[in-house]
Amino acid sequence: MEIKFTEENLKKLEEAKSHYPTEHAALMAALWLAQEQYGWLSTEVMKYVGNILNIPYEHVLGVAEFYTMYNKKPVGKYHLQVCTNVSCMLCGGYDVVDYISDKLNIGIGETTPDGQFTLIEAECLGSCGTAPMMQVNNYYEENLSKDKIDSILEKLSKS
Amino acid sequence: MSDFQPIILKNIPDYHNIEVYMKNGGYGAFKKALKMTPTEIIEEVKKSGLRGRGGACFPTGMKWSFMPQKSDKPKYLCCNGDESEPASFKDREIFEKNPHQFLEGTLIACLAMGIKTAYIYIRGEYYPWIVMLQKALDDAYAKGLVGKNILGSDFSTDIYIHRGAGAYICGEETALLNSIEGKRGMPRFKPPFPANFGLWGCPTTINNIETLANISPIIDNGGEWFSKIGEPKHAGSLLYGLSGHINKPGIYELPSGTLLTDLIYKYGGGVKDNKKIKMIIPGGSSMPPLTADEIEGLQMDNEHLKSVNSYIGTGGIVVMNEDTDIVKVIKRITQFYYHESCGQCTPCREGCGWMLKILDRIDKGMGRNEDIDLLKDVANNIEGNTICAFGDAAAWPVKWAIKKFMPDFEKKVRESVDLPIANKVHSLRLTHQV
Repeated sequence: MEIKFTEENLKKLEEAKSHYPTEHAALMAALWLAQEQYGWLSTEVMKYVGNILNIPYEHVLGVAEFYTMYNKKPVGKYHLQVCTNVSCMLCGGYDVVDYISDKLNIGIGETTPDGQFTLIEAECLGSCGTAPMMQVNNYYEENLSKDKIDSILEKLSKS
Repeated sequence: MSDFQPIILKNIPDYHNIEVYMKNGGYGAFKKALKMTPTEIIEEVKKSGLRGRGGACFPTGMKWSFMPQKSDKPKYLCCNGDESEPASFKDREIFEKNPHQFLEGTLIACLAMGIKTAYIYIRGEYYPWIVMLQKALDDAYAKGLVGKNILGSDFSTDIYIHRGAGAYICGEETALLNSIEGKRGMPRFKPPFPANFGLWGCPTTINNIETLANISPIIDNGGEWFSKIGEPKHAGSLLYGLSGHINKPGIYELPSGTLLTDLIYKYGGGVKDNKKIKMIIPGGSSMPPLTADEIEGLQMDNEHLKSVNSYIGTGGIVVMNEDTDIVKVIKRITQFYYHESCGQCTPCREGCGWMLKILDRIDKGMGRNEDIDLLKDVANNIEGNTICAFGDAAAWPVKWAIKKFMPDFEKKVRESVDLPIANKVHSLRLTHQV
């Protein structure tokens, strides 16, 4: 498969480049676009991003590895990121992790065999007033209870 | 103070909408500022006594005056919305409920320092709030409030949003600069300070989102008006975040110096299940924790918190009840710092891992008698020995929790080195080996 940004993403990249005095500064934006398009950042994808921005692959890899939100391996269709940091921990964040882990029968960092869900433990997501919570892809699910988790997972597994 | 009117989180429906915001006098302060000289604006901010809301409490007016008025190079403003300190969730409230007041403050800051490009750095996880702020920014562009020749004046400035990708350290100002430049977010040595050598080596100022949201009311009502709100040495209102074992968690905007007990019992509805308090974190996970005795009569502002050896930080308050396992909490906080250390300085990179290992074995009942002293030693060797303040942030919770909650640590260590148990563990280990 040839790695190439869609026309739309190329346009978005040009827009991002126009925000900065150097091409290099558009790297984070380019990696976001690549992740949106391919779901994760493979070596080939990172090489492609480096080529179009004239940045050595090693530097692209360094940046991708530094930031936790860039996926360096494939993840499920829904990336369940459960916060277990201090405020969520006090409100049952670990119970949420255990509950989802048991329900989906996957451990932390694992993906369900159908490729639908990946479960990870996340650091504070700035949702301390609505703990416990998790981030599903880009969106927040807050004030979680077992019932709420059940209905979220049911809805997602059907879509 | 019951007659206090919120300055940022105003109780006006749909205030995030540009039409509603402008109908209520929004962007009036910016228009006023267009007629002022840069020095006049900076003097007004200095007079207000506004201090940075990101945790360091540096006087904002003074920071602005460090920027060279004349420069051959472009100048930049960075708005720090990385907000990754555990227990802080105030900036997202501003993005959601009052984005235009923040944008107006950003414009006034650009005007005061002669800046033509501002970057708003927002943590990658805040995608829904980035969308909200982008909408507000697009609306402001459409109204001619941002961009070229704003409102027909000769003042032009562009504002862009830069999305982070999950790195706590990028909230540190020089790490943030590297991140905007498309590099790994590793803090830089200071000096040179960003005001002289910031983004791409150009003069740069970095302000917190909440700080900038306070600017337009200051220009509107005058610095003197602002300086009379709350505690004189830390003027204005603060966005206090309540979380943990509390009945009504959330963000409360109140004058600085509000009693911590009022925050917890009057506004926060008290501790869940009417339990007693064991520990309080006053301003985000890196601030030294407080005991239940220390919170009596304690006012929440930087000066008063210093008297109990802590700081206001970001105003994120975590309440923990009497059943809380202090060792587990400190272990979890240390796990966070271990995960987030950028790895640049050896004391922090290695030390956080060591502290985590020691805390983990104490927590699991495998602690040794000398472990508490060892923990203190490691924490002391991280503190003050790193490029940025992250090292202090990682060391403080450990160091101060041991100091203030020693019996909790001792109990766990004593239980684990209790001889009969130790023998049992020893024999179990032997059995496993066979």
